[in-house]
Amino acid sequence: MSCDRESLAGAVSQRACVFCGSRVVLYPIADALHLVHGPVGCAVYTWDIRGALSSGTELHRLSFSTDLQEKDVIFGGEEKLAGALHELIDRYHPRAAFVYSTCIVGIIGDDLDAICKRVSREKGIPVIPVKSEGFKGGKRDGYMAACAALSRLVGTGDTSGIGPFSLNIMGDFNLAGEIWIIREYFEKMGIQVVANITGDGRVDDIRRAHGAALNVVQCSGSTLYLAQSMEKEFGIPYLRVSYLGIEDMTESLYAVAGFFGDPHMMERTRKLVRDELAVLYPQLQKYRQALRGKKAAIYVGGAFKAFSLVKTFRLLDMEVVMVGSQTGRKEDYLELKEITSDGTVIVDDSNPLELASFLRGKKVDVFVGGVKERPIAYKLGIPFCDHNHERKEALEGFIGMLNFTREIYSSVMSPVWQFVPGRKR
Amino acid sequence: MPAPAPQKVERKYVSTVNACKLCTPLGACLAFRGIEGAMPLLHGSQGCSTYMRRYIISHFNEPIDIASSSLGEKNAIYGGAINLKKGITNVIRKYRPQLLGIATTCLTETIGDNVPMILKEYLKEAGGPGDRETGGPGDRKDFREQGGLPLIISVSTPSYVGTHMDGFHLAVKAAVESLAEGGEKTGRVNLLPGFVSPADLRYLKEIMEGFGLEYTLLPDISESLDAPILEEYHKIPDGGTPLSEIRAMGRAQATIEFGRTLNYSYAAGNPYTAADYLQARFDVDKYSLGLPIGINETDRFFAVLEHLSGHPAPDSHRLERGRLIDAYVDSHKYLFGLRGIVYGEEDLVIGLASFLSETGIVPVLCASGGKSGRFEECIRAVCAAHAGNPAESLPVREGMDFYQIAEEAESLKPDLLIGNSKGYPLARKLNIPLIRVGFPIHDRIGGQRILHLGYRGAQRLLDQIVNTVIEKKQNDSPVGYAYM
Repeated sequence: MSCDRESLAGAVSQRACVFCGSRVVLYPIADALHLVHGPVGCAVYTWDIRGALSSGTELHRLSFSTDLQEKDVIFGGEEKLAGALHELIDRYHPRAAFVYSTCIVGIIGDDLDAICKRVSREKGIPVIPVKSEGFKGGKRDGYMAACAALSRLVGTGDTSGIGPFSLNIMGDFNLAGEIWIIREYFEKMGIQVVANITGDGRVDDIRRAHGAALNVVQCSGSTLYLAQSMEKEFGIPYLRVSYLGIEDMTESLYAVAGFFGDPHMMERTRKLVRDELAVLYPQLQKYRQALRGKKAAIYVGGAFKAFSLVKTFRLLDMEVVMVGSQTGRKEDYLELKEITSDGTVIVDDSNPLELASFLRGKKVDVFVGGVKERPIAYKLGIPFCDHNHERKEALEGFIGMLNFTREIYSSVMSPVWQFVPGRKR
Repeated sequence: MPAPAPQKVERKYVSTVNACKLCTPLGACLAFRGIEGAMPLLHGSQGCSTYMRRYIISHFNEPIDIASSSLGEKNAIYGGAINLKKGITNVIRKYRPQLLGIATTCLTETIGDNVPMILKEYLKEAGGPGDRETGGPGDRKDFREQGGLPLIISVSTPSYVGTHMDGFHLAVKAAVESLAEGGEKTGRVNLLPGFVSPADLRYLKEIMEGFGLEYTLLPDISESLDAPILEEYHKIPDGGTPLSEIRAMGRAQATIEFGRTLNYSYAAGNPYTAADYLQARFDVDKYSLGLPIGINETDRFFAVLEHLSGHPAPDSHRLERGRLIDAYVDSHKYLFGLRGIVYGEEDLVIGLASFLSETGIVPVLCASGGKSGRFEECIRAVCAAHAGNPAESLPVREGMDFYQIAEEAESLKPDLLIGNSKGYPLARKLNIPLIRVGFPIHDRIGGQRILHLGYRGAQRLLDQIVNTVIEKKQNDSPVGYAYM
């Protein structure tokens, strides 16, 4: 199959743009100002739409825009941008500011670098341009732009007080408080978490992130570029992990403990896993029995999430009949092929018509996807689990496995499907 | 009451924080969705279509497919014509639409793509007659009959000009300009409702049918964005205004257009709205009304229907009106003097303010992100002066964002917020109830079923507001009476 290409013109892709990718990654940094430079749309559609929680300040939950008007497009938006930055920095006193470029910024010739540099000097905080013009590619290009912006913060802070057993959590956005679950596991293992990148993130933590001994990277690449550049620049190794499902969660904790090579830590990790599973396993059984043999379909943003979901369904004795992602690469799909059975359909950059026909043809019992997939599933009368950035339920960690299973169960077992034409059982 | 000259509220701030408006192409996509067999296509980068779909889905809980020409970096430099043509071909092949509604975005407007010209070229290349305007007023042929192509119309909707409501009205006007035909006059009535809910539209149809009027309702999202569950998955949802009914609009006796801010006098030869166009070109009488929310604005609407149909309103509506007045009386003490902040699209706010001031609630702030320049004068025209609160003194603000609304709210001591979901953070901060109306409703189910219009909508809104007020009183009371 072909993948990792631009979407076809005229298709109704489920994909997004560069700006979207950048916004997703940086958005949870709660004490930074996130100013979208462009007409109002991009800011308005991303106002507080994600469930990224903060333990303190919540500046990230506001939507800031330069709201460019026609005259700005004609005469340039630079002074408006500088004015907006001054106004907002004076009002909110953020620790740093990110300025996102939208489609038209480069085209109208605004020199974002120069404005950011100037305001940074005037205000004494980092003002960082994010090169996220929407049309320059897909979500993944947006991840790169976000990582480039983060790189400008990393290495600028004081690293005193960071011990040898320390790491940064990368690629977790603290949806529904998930990063707090994971942090607690690491702390129980005896590991110091230096920076959350970026869920419940703080500018000053990110500035000293280069003092950590290890980066753990979740997600299909949203922060992988940062981990790679930190390895190059600071010699910090990274591990790719996933916190979804028992299998990947356990494996990730052991891998981290293994990295530090401390036998006491390994013992603590084993105990943690034992304690968690002792609580979780008995609770899962009831659901497993009910779900055994049911057919599941998966269509998510990143392939990494898809791997974990395949394993999770396997653990529930369910059959995965379709799996796909918006941004997967060739090697990802080869791996998906490895871990699924022969008849499983594997899709890249799908669209509503294609998804509908697969769901229909494969007689799917439950579909896992994002916001745009939900109405398709419901219209077809197919149970659905939301696995997106708007979630209000934690799906990571051991408790997350239980939440996920409950959600699948509550949708699959609901009595409403008996009334749906064509789904009578 | 003589309307004071509209005052331009100068923005006090450079930045926009939590905008109280959406971008122009989103409105166009919604309007296109209300035409039968139509498919919206955005000429721009992939993200716009995805963001708008997400936003619309979260309100309607319905699939909405919006195609995109998915411009990449090369196209931004060399122009998007090739991608747009490819996009059109692919959409036609996959979806077989009867009508393709193309809306531009800030990107394609800024790089200067001339969409009407690209469409002309496209039709020439596709073997269609090349000398024909696409979607211009001179064009009267359905391309499906003329070589298998759907009708293609385009609107210029850069998001740096206006709001989603401008995009909405532009799309309606473009559909009318490219389809409406002249001919012998009929008794037909065109009804241009603006952006209202599927429940509102179903009720409007009931009203029109009750008067025995043949009508065209444009656009009509009552089914296409609120569909029953079906046996089969439909590529393009059922419902929407049939093309044949849009064609018949030029032969109608009258057009009723909701939206007080739309009714400006326009430069001769440049009709501003679809109703203006129909009047200028086909001599169809234009009746410009406010959104019929509350008794006064609904009475005006019914008066026009009585005039056009030549007979009085059916008894059922008169009874509904009577019951509504009875309910106004029953609940007047709970509401008198309550202070409400209303925000949202200008015309929706005007209708709501009119209704609130009928019940005794004082609209202490009317705010909109739109900037028609006519917002204040329209509010003044519909709001009666209140005891101790002359209507002139109440703030009416256009070009507002939620930061400014919150700032003004601090000193206004409101009891209620009336508007869409996006006001929830403010309602929470002020610890006052939010009465959810309009679009988007992202934090409740059933946004598409909210009824705002007519006597029935006013009844529903009234009950909801009164009961919300009573509930708060009851919850806050140390006694906790089980009767009120």
